[in-house]
This record gives sequence, structure tokens and C-alpha cells, in this order.
Amino acid sequence: MLLCPAMAHAETTATEADLRQIGRSGGGLRRMADRFGDRALLGLTALASLAAVALIALVIDRVVAGSMPSISKFGLGFLWHTTWNPSLSSGVRDSNVFGAGVLVYGTLVTSAIALLIAVPLGIAIGVYLSMLSSGRLAAVIGPLVELLASVPSVIIGLWGIVVLAPFLHSTIEPALHSALGWTAIFGEPGTTGLGIFNAGVVLSIMVLPIIAAITRDLFLNVPRELKEGALALGATRWEMIRTVVLHSTRSGIIAATILGLARALGEAIAVTQTIGAGTAIKASLFANGDTLGSRIAEQFIGAVSKLQVSSLFYCALILLVMELMANIGAQLIAGRYARLQGAVR
Amino acid sequence: MANQVGAVLTPGPGLRRRRRTDRLMRASATAAAMLAVAILAIMVGSVAVHGASQLSISFLTENPAGGSLVGLAGGGIANAIIGSALLVAVATAMALPMGVLIAIYLTELSTPRTARPVRLALDLLNGLPTIVTGIFVFGLLVASHGQSGIAASFALAVVILPVITRTTQEMLLLVPRDLRDAAHALGISRWRTITSVVLPGALGGILTGVVLALARAAGETAPLLLTSSIFSSHTTLNVFGAAIPNIPIDIFSYSESPFPVEHAKAWGAALVLIVLILVGNLTARALLARQRRRLGVL
Amino acid sequence: MALSPVGAEAPSRTTSVPFAIDARQSMSPEPAEAVFDLRDVSIYYGDALAVRGVTMTIPKNVITAIIGPSGCGKSTIVRTLNRMNDSVPGFRVSGLVGYHGQSLYAGGVDPVEVRRRIGMVFQRPNPFPKSIYDNIAWAPRILGLKHDLDERVEKALRDAALWDEVKDRLRSSALRLSGGQQQRLCIARAIAIEPEVLLLDEPASALDPVATMSIEDLMQDLKRTYTIVIVTHNMQQAARVAERTAFFSLDVSEGHRAGILVEYADTATLFTRPADPRTRDYVTGRFG
Repeated sequence: MLLCPAMAHAETTATEADLRQIGRSGGGLRRMADRFGDRALLGLTALASLAAVALIALVIDRVVAGSMPSISKFGLGFLWHTTWNPSLSSGVRDSNVFGAGVLVYGTLVTSAIALLIAVPLGIAIGVYLSMLSSGRLAAVIGPLVELLASVPSVIIGLWGIVVLAPFLHSTIEPALHSALGWTAIFGEPGTTGLGIFNAGVVLSIMVLPIIAAITRDLFLNVPRELKEGALALGATRWEMIRTVVLHSTRSGIIAATILGLARALGEAIAVTQTIGAGTAIKASLFANGDTLGSRIAEQFIGAVSKLQVSSLFYCALILLVMELMANIGAQLIAGRYARLQGAVR
Repeated sequence: MANQVGAVLTPGPGLRRRRRTDRLMRASATAAAMLAVAILAIMVGSVAVHGASQLSISFLTENPAGGSLVGLAGGGIANAIIGSALLVAVATAMALPMGVLIAIYLTELSTPRTARPVRLALDLLNGLPTIVTGIFVFGLLVASHGQSGIAASFALAVVILPVITRTTQEMLLLVPRDLRDAAHALGISRWRTITSVVLPGALGGILTGVVLALARAAGETAPLLLTSSIFSSHTTLNVFGAAIPNIPIDIFSYSESPFPVEHAKAWGAALVLIVLILVGNLTARALLARQRRRLGVL
Repeated sequence: MALSPVGAEAPSRTTSVPFAIDARQSMSPEPAEAVFDLRDVSIYYGDALAVRGVTMTIPKNVITAIIGPSGCGKSTIVRTLNRMNDSVPGFRVSGLVGYHGQSLYAGGVDPVEVRRRIGMVFQRPNPFPKSIYDNIAWAPRILGLKHDLDERVEKALRDAALWDEVKDRLRSSALRLSGGQQQRLCIARAIAIEPEVLLLDEPASALDPVATMSIEDLMQDLKRTYTIVIVTHNMQQAARVAERTAFFSLDVSEGHRAGILVEYADTATLFTRPADPRTRDYVTGRFG
């Protein structure tokens, strides 16, 4: 690392005296040493930065390379074909044939549930923390919400299995079924409480702190003049929030939603724990299902054929593409937002 | 029209209706915040209640009982605690120098044009699903050399690199511009300014980033699943050898087990992990507050 | 900046004033009905006293200026008149803030209703990031005044002397207007909901001289319909536009700094024959 002797000043920020001391130190060779030092530091840091760029390129390269056998065998049809049959015995129909249709469906549906729950809740928390709570209360609740983001997914998944699943199974699912059972999506409750719905709820807990933290910062950055301008015209606080604050930050909110979506799409562990490893697309949200990430987590260790491994790589590639699109989309939208903000100032 | 004589300042029917909406929406937002806090409390509470009954000295100091037999009571997770510490330490040793160097480049030395691709790469790394990180490292190292501690640590390093870079960057930006100008005015070269003025000023903040990264790495499961998940009831310290047992994989495999006794072990391990992570996060917060005070930022 | 000629009929001066008094203000209006009636008003932020013991009456359809050095509580007092300070943590007011004989801070008084009747325009123009039309139509829509919205918008823009400049681009963003146009848009926005009072908090401090003159001219037109209170740090501006002027200053006599009302009189009197030596020092430029 970069430990040079002068780092002994670590505890206090350097004072004028320190600076002069450093300025004087060194003899005739100082200038040469400085030139070398400047070059070395630039070279070293630029190299590390280049390594970061190379790293992401390597990730893309390895994942694409791993997927190649599956891509050449199944092509783009992999995205919607629903057969996933790792069996090698030649008697079975469609043996060693793979398609991610069920997984793509499961990924999209669980993420949609997560966003449906987390986006309104997260925005509401952002509103509360930035505009409704007194400073002292926000100083307690804000960090607690952020702390929720630090709970590891494997623990949220464990909680989903042991605590959430029985609760959903005994209370929420029957209630939704009896009230909205005529829509096919709230079918008969399953036997365990595990399934697409549970996974979606678990994901929403992971997405919630992301949306809350980003929207809070967005709302805090809305100029005070705009908020006061609305209040001075006889608007209530909520009218001010709805028509001025939410309106002027809408592209930021969309960017936050996309970042939350990226988090939900890519989560593997907690989903594996709670989704129940289904193999077919079912109308009911209470049925078992599977997602791209969780299928990788379930089957990678113990995959029986090269083609199965490659197909799991292909799943990872789909996730990677989704993430790239989400990230770039969010940046484009956030960039537009930043320009808009710039115009207000 | 405009000048209504007299003043009725109490709300009329229209305003009363708007007021009701206002109160309702504000109450909803408050309830949402309380719900998030309640979820955290229920989650941590569940882990504490379920985990506490499992926790004992032997759980922390013994290795798993019964070799590779499953469903047995007794035994502990000592090998996983040691393994997790080892993996996280090696991962931090890999990511920290790299992250600090990148942060220095981005805040002190880059031009806007050269910074762009680096920022994009870091954003993409930050958003990379960790299962994809796992599969990447599998393709890079595990497919040819088998599971190993070093592969797992590398995967964790990829996960925490953007975390360390971002916190370091934020801290470097907090060091006042004047300090750099003062150093330059005294004829001090750039690298000396950075290594002897800027970095020491930001050291507390960099430490915060390290602690946050440790907490993040300690809880990551997906990258380890593909790189260091083969069960072992022994303590392994050789990172270049076989898979190294660790807490997240223990929780994961115990949670997937059909045996209640293993669910109990999962809760016990979860309690150990969550305490470590919460302590890490609170430490980071305290460090950050101290650092900001020191640099005079409110 | 002071474009008005020196009033030849100005009263004999006991103080030499470094600028002109407009003849318009010299004619004292007949005693008008009081809109605001402040009795011993003190304002606190937490434990800190910001303004102490203000007693003054603000008449109807008159422009009243509040002047004084920075930090003397000018903005604080004017923001108390429409309860804009309610959301400031620790804000507290004692004494009586009367509005048409009713206390603004009495229980049952709704601050939203208060702000609807007592409009405010701020120091920096703060149009919403919406179209010109939507800026004006925003408050009427919320208040349920949706019929004849187009006419309402046009009338507000005409009254704010902005109509001719923007009538062909009502749908374009308000942020593209110049600073002076934006401030007139904010005035139009405020009068679109037909308030009784307009509070102007340093409305021209962020504008160039030409835009400032257009705002000042506009105020002369508006006072026929509205009661106007303007806070300004610019004495010349007060002298040009206001009939009545209140001079606030910082007082440190009781151990802590607080804003107090030093003198309140007809503008001409305050600037030419101030009763209080502190006022005289301020208006002749020996202080601040």
C-alpha cells in the first residue's frame, strides 16, 4: 500500500508547519525524486483504474465464453422455452434440453411484486424522512432504514422460510384468495407458504431501503424556495409534496426504481430459499416458481452435464444484460434529472 | 372580487376535505417509515430469539459434530467463524489497495474524459448481481483449479471493491481544497501532497469504508456458493487449498435442510453473523461522524 | 437608480436625505381600515429571541415598507404575517398578530387558509419547473377554482404586466423567462387566487435595475386592489414605492440581540424628519 513515512501525521490534518517541514525535507535529489514520485503515483493509480475497467470486461468475457455452448445449441429461444431437463438418460424425451422461460417469468414476476410493494412504501419513507419528521426522529429512523439494507440476504431468506412462510400461508394468502380469488393470480394457498409471492415479499424488503434512501436525498435536494412557494399559495403540505416535490423529482424516482429493480432481478440466495424451486409457469402467485439467479444457486454445484453448466452461465448472461441495461437506463434518466435540476438553479 | 371584507380563517368545507387528504397522506408516510423500522425489529428480533437458544460456548468454539452426517444435534460453527474471518481478511487485503488507488486517481489525478470509463466500470461492478460474480470467478478459477479460499476471497474482493472506492472517494473530497493549494503554494510536489496531506486527512474515512466493506463481505453468500461451499467439519487455514467453511454458507445449507435441529443451527449462525455486521455498521457510523467533525463538515 | 425628480414641494427637512422622495407618497391618504394589527409581538426560534415587542398597524390598500439592516428580523416579521414560519423548527410567537380583528395564531385558524388570503412573493424568483400557464393555474386547480381557468390565467398575467410578453408561449417552460419576468410570474401566480394581501420579501434583490423598475411600477398598479407589505434592504426603493415605512433595527440592550421596531411613520416623515436618532443615522447612511 501507499504507506510513506509522512503518514505518521495521520491523526491530525496537516498544519502549515507540517507542510513547510515537508517542503524543506530532501536535498539536491528532491526534484528528481518528486518527478519520479509524481509519475509513479499517476502510473500506479491509473493502472489500478484500468484494472477495474479490465475487470468488468473480463467478467463479461468469461460469462459470455461460459454461455457459448448453450447459446449455440439453443439460441435466443432459450429465453422463452420452458423445458429444463438435466436428465442424461437417453430414454427420456427432451433430455439434456434447456430453456429459461420459467426462470425469466419467475424473475420478472418476483421483481414486479417487490417493486409494487417497495416503490410506494420507499417513496413514502423518503417523504417522511425528508419532509415530515422532526430532525431528531429522522436522525434515528433514517439510519435504521439504512441498517435494514445491511442485513445479509441469506438471513432475510432464513427469516422468509421460518417466520414469513407460515404467516403468509395461514393469514395473508387465505385472505387474498377469499377476497381476490376470482382473479387467477391469487389461487389456492400452497402447502408451505413458500413460492413466488413469498420471494417477492422477501425481495421487497431488500429493495425498500434502496428506494427510501435515494428518494429521501432527492426530496431533500428540491430547492426550499419551491416548497415554500407552494405553501405560500395556500397549498397543504401533501398538495405541495404531490404536485411540486414528486413532480419535479419524477425522473430521479424512476432512476431509483430501476436501481431497485436491478437489485431484485439479480438476487439469488434469498429467492432460492423462499421460492420453492418450481419447474413450471403457474397462474397463481402462491405457487412455486424459480428465477434465473436462484436456479444458478440451486443447480450449479452438482450440475451433471457441460451443457447444463453452460445453460446456467447463459442465465447469468441474461442477468448481466438486464443489469447493464438497468444501470445505463438509470444513468441516462438520472442525467436528465441532473440537467433539469441545473435549470432550476 | 379580490378583497373579501372581513376574515374567515377557519377552514371551509373544501379546505376541510383537502385537510383530511393531507392528514391521511402524512399519516400513511409516517406509517410506512414505522413499518420499515418494525420489519427491521422483527427480523433482528427473530434472529435474536431463535438464535439465542442455540448460542453457547460450545457452539462458538467447536467444529460441526458428526463429520459429514446431517441432522445431528450438537457441535458448533467454530471452523466457519474462523473461515469467514480469513476469507474476508484476504478479500479486504486484495480490494483495499486497489480501491484506494482508484479513488486517488478519480478524485486527484484523472481528467473528466479518463474518469468516465472508470466510473462506469465501478457502477457496473457495484450493480453486478453477486451470483454473477460467483459464476465469473467459477469460470475464471474454480473450473480449472477447484474450489479454494483464494477464489472465494477474490469473488468477495470484486464485490467490495466499489464499496471501498466510493467511500474513499467521498472522504478524499471532504479534505479541504485549501490544504492542497497550501501544499502546492509551498512548492510541494503532487505525490507528496497526496501521500502526506490528503491521504492522512482522509484516513479515518477510509477506515470507515473498510469496516463497511468487511460487514458487506461477511454477509455475502452467492459468490461463496460457487467458490467455497463444499462442506467440511474441519478448520482450514490454507487459502490455496480446498474450500474454506464459512458462516453464510452454513446458514444457507442449514436453512435449506428439512431437519429442525439444523434450522436451529442456522439461526445460531445467523445471530453470530448479524451481531458482527451490526457492530461493523455502527462502528463505521461512529467513525464517519468522528471524521466529519474532524474535517469540520456538519 | 432613483429616477423620480426631487419633489419641489417636499416638506422642509431637518435631515439631509441622500436621495429623492417621490411626490406620490407625500400626499397622505385618508385614514384607512387596518388589515394587520400587531400588539407586542415577539418571535422566538427555540430559546433565541429573534424579534421583540413589535406593535404596528398596517392599513388597507397601501404599500407598507419594512426596512432595516440585515439580521434585524424584517423577513421574520413578514413571514409571521402569513404563518410561513410554522414549519421552522422551534418557531414561537407571543403577543397578538391581528388580521381584521382576528388573531392569526388563534386555535381553529388554518394556516393553509391564511396563506390563501395572504399571498407571498420571495426574494429569489421561484417558478415551478412547469409551463408558464401551469405555474399560474397550479393554485386555482388545487383550490378547486377550475371554471374559466384560461381567463383567470390571462387576467393574472395582465395584472402582473406580463401578458404581452408571454401570451404566445404560455406552454413553454417558466424557467426560460428572464429573472424579472420570472418574478412577475411569481406575482401573477400569487394574485391568480385573489388574495387580499401581498407580502413581498425583498422581491427585487435578485434583479437588475430595469427589472426592478418594472416590479416597482407594477406595485403601484397592484395597490389599488391589494394591500402590499414589502421588505427591502434598499432605502431608496422604500422611498420610491411605499406610503408607510417601518424601520427595524438590532437591539442589544437587554443582553441578547433581537430585532425591534424603532420607528414607523409616513414614508416622507420617516426619511425627512425621523423622530428617533437611530433612524436618522440609518437613513442618512451613517450606520449599516
